[in-house]
Amino acid sequence: MTTTAPHPAAVDATARITAAPDGRGGTALPVLAGAGPLALRRTRGAPGTAHVCVIGSMAAPLGGDRLALHADVRPGAALTVTSAAATVSLPGRTAAPARYDLHLTVGEDAELDWRPEPVIAATGSHLLLTTVVHLAPGARLRLREEQVLGRLHDHARGAPPGRITARLTVHLADRTPTGRTPTGRILLDQQTDLGPGAPGWDGPAVLGPHRTTGQLLTVGLPAPPPPPAGTDAALLTLPGPADGPPATLLTALAPDALALRRLLASDGGRNGPARSVTSGAPRTSGR
Amino acid sequence: MHAALLILADGRFPAGGHAHSGGAEAAVRAGRIHDADSLAAFLTGRLHTTGLTAAALAAAAAAEDADPADLDAAAEARTPSPALRDTSRRLGRQLLRAAHAAWPHPALDALHTVHPRGPHHPVALGTTARAAGLTPADAAALAAYESVNGPATACVRLLGLDPYEVAAVLARLAPDLDTVAAGAADAAARGTLPAASAPLLDVHAEQHRSWKVRLFAS
Repeated sequence: MTTTAPHPAAVDATARITAAPDGRGGTALPVLAGAGPLALRRTRGAPGTAHVCVIGSMAAPLGGDRLALHADVRPGAALTVTSAAATVSLPGRTAAPARYDLHLTVGEDAELDWRPEPVIAATGSHLLLTTVVHLAPGARLRLREEQVLGRLHDHARGAPPGRITARLTVHLADRTPTGRTPTGRILLDQQTDLGPGAPGWDGPAVLGPHRTTGQLLTVGLPAPPPPPAGTDAALLTLPGPADGPPATLLTALAPDALALRRLLASDGGRNGPARSVTSGAPRTSGR
Repeated sequence: MHAALLILADGRFPAGGHAHSGGAEAAVRAGRIHDADSLAAFLTGRLHTTGLTAAALAAAAAAEDADPADLDAAAEARTPSPALRDTSRRLGRQLLRAAHAAWPHPALDALHTVHPRGPHHPVALGTTARAAGLTPADAAALAAYESVNGPATACVRLLGLDPYEVAAVLARLAPDLDTVAAGAADAAARGTLPAASAPLLDVHAEQHRSWKVRLFAS
């Protein structure tokens, strides 16, 4: 499907990644299956880690599309997932929202570092973004998500941004003796609904003057440093029993994607932001 | 309509809510609430996010077959801000104390065991509604109303806003309140609890907690 096809059918595509120990101290990718607009490429990772880059191979998601990405990190494996460029959510031929479902499973003593580029909601688009994470005991996770309302040229021509409705649910399994029914709890369950159509989205309870928001979730790994004072960002300690893995949520709002990335850098921004976040909202004078 | 609903919704019911601004104090300090219009935008956002989530939790807790421990865990997972978790539990504990005196009920006794520091406020509110003979829909309406009434009243004190103007803001929100409460009660009956949240409320709550001097507890 392309945007110029006369009668574009909505895309329904599910890409899959499975990472497993290769038996030599590294991580293999027994499944690396791109689908539709989601092309997957293995790239050089840190020692012991498999690194997959998600490449958008066509304009997507468009309204009505259903995209999904399943990543399964088997026990003992380490996977890093990034993307080559921001994901731009665009309106489709129908008013139906696009769906993008992420299913991330991290096994015992496995690690997932999930750091894609931002999702940008172009004028007239509506994306339902659902992220469901299942963490086994001892799983380690770093997950960054960034949402940018409006492209630079949407703002330049005074057009309103698109809308992103995003839900993030993180399940955490307990260590359960063999033979017992597995138990667990939900570590985090939150939805944001941002953009025209979401009541109060640009008011002082939700985004205020900002047009980007994002978070860095860390479970079982060192927490990022607290954000600098004077920014609209906070390092939140997530609830959990004393014997559970440490879990923090760095949540941040910023006028533009570059400022947001500085706040969400897991090293506190010491290495500077990535190069590829320049296509975000313009700098606006935040109150 | 049940008179118990009026008693519970009355700001003079001794549940401690008057000491909290629902994030309005931090938003005022940040210059983001400064007049009736910006207050209305704040209240709209709060109502449709954490107000909706609280209303659904309250409705679920008001059901005959409610599992308060499950609902408390659901509230916990929906409250990533430690400052807001503390506030919610403190308000839940205070409400429970008043509810015990007003409408003694085994469900209120059982709620004590949920968490040593008190249940989350929406769970306490729903259980109190049930003890008072109210329905899940009533509980949702109460929670939705509380999500805007507290901050609106606080802004009269914080900004010296005209109380008539603030009353008008609340009155204009009434249809939204009904919609949110009905949606929350439906969601609770279906067992699909919403998790609507607002990023600035979380960030403002943490900033507010760090202040040395403040007018409201949250």
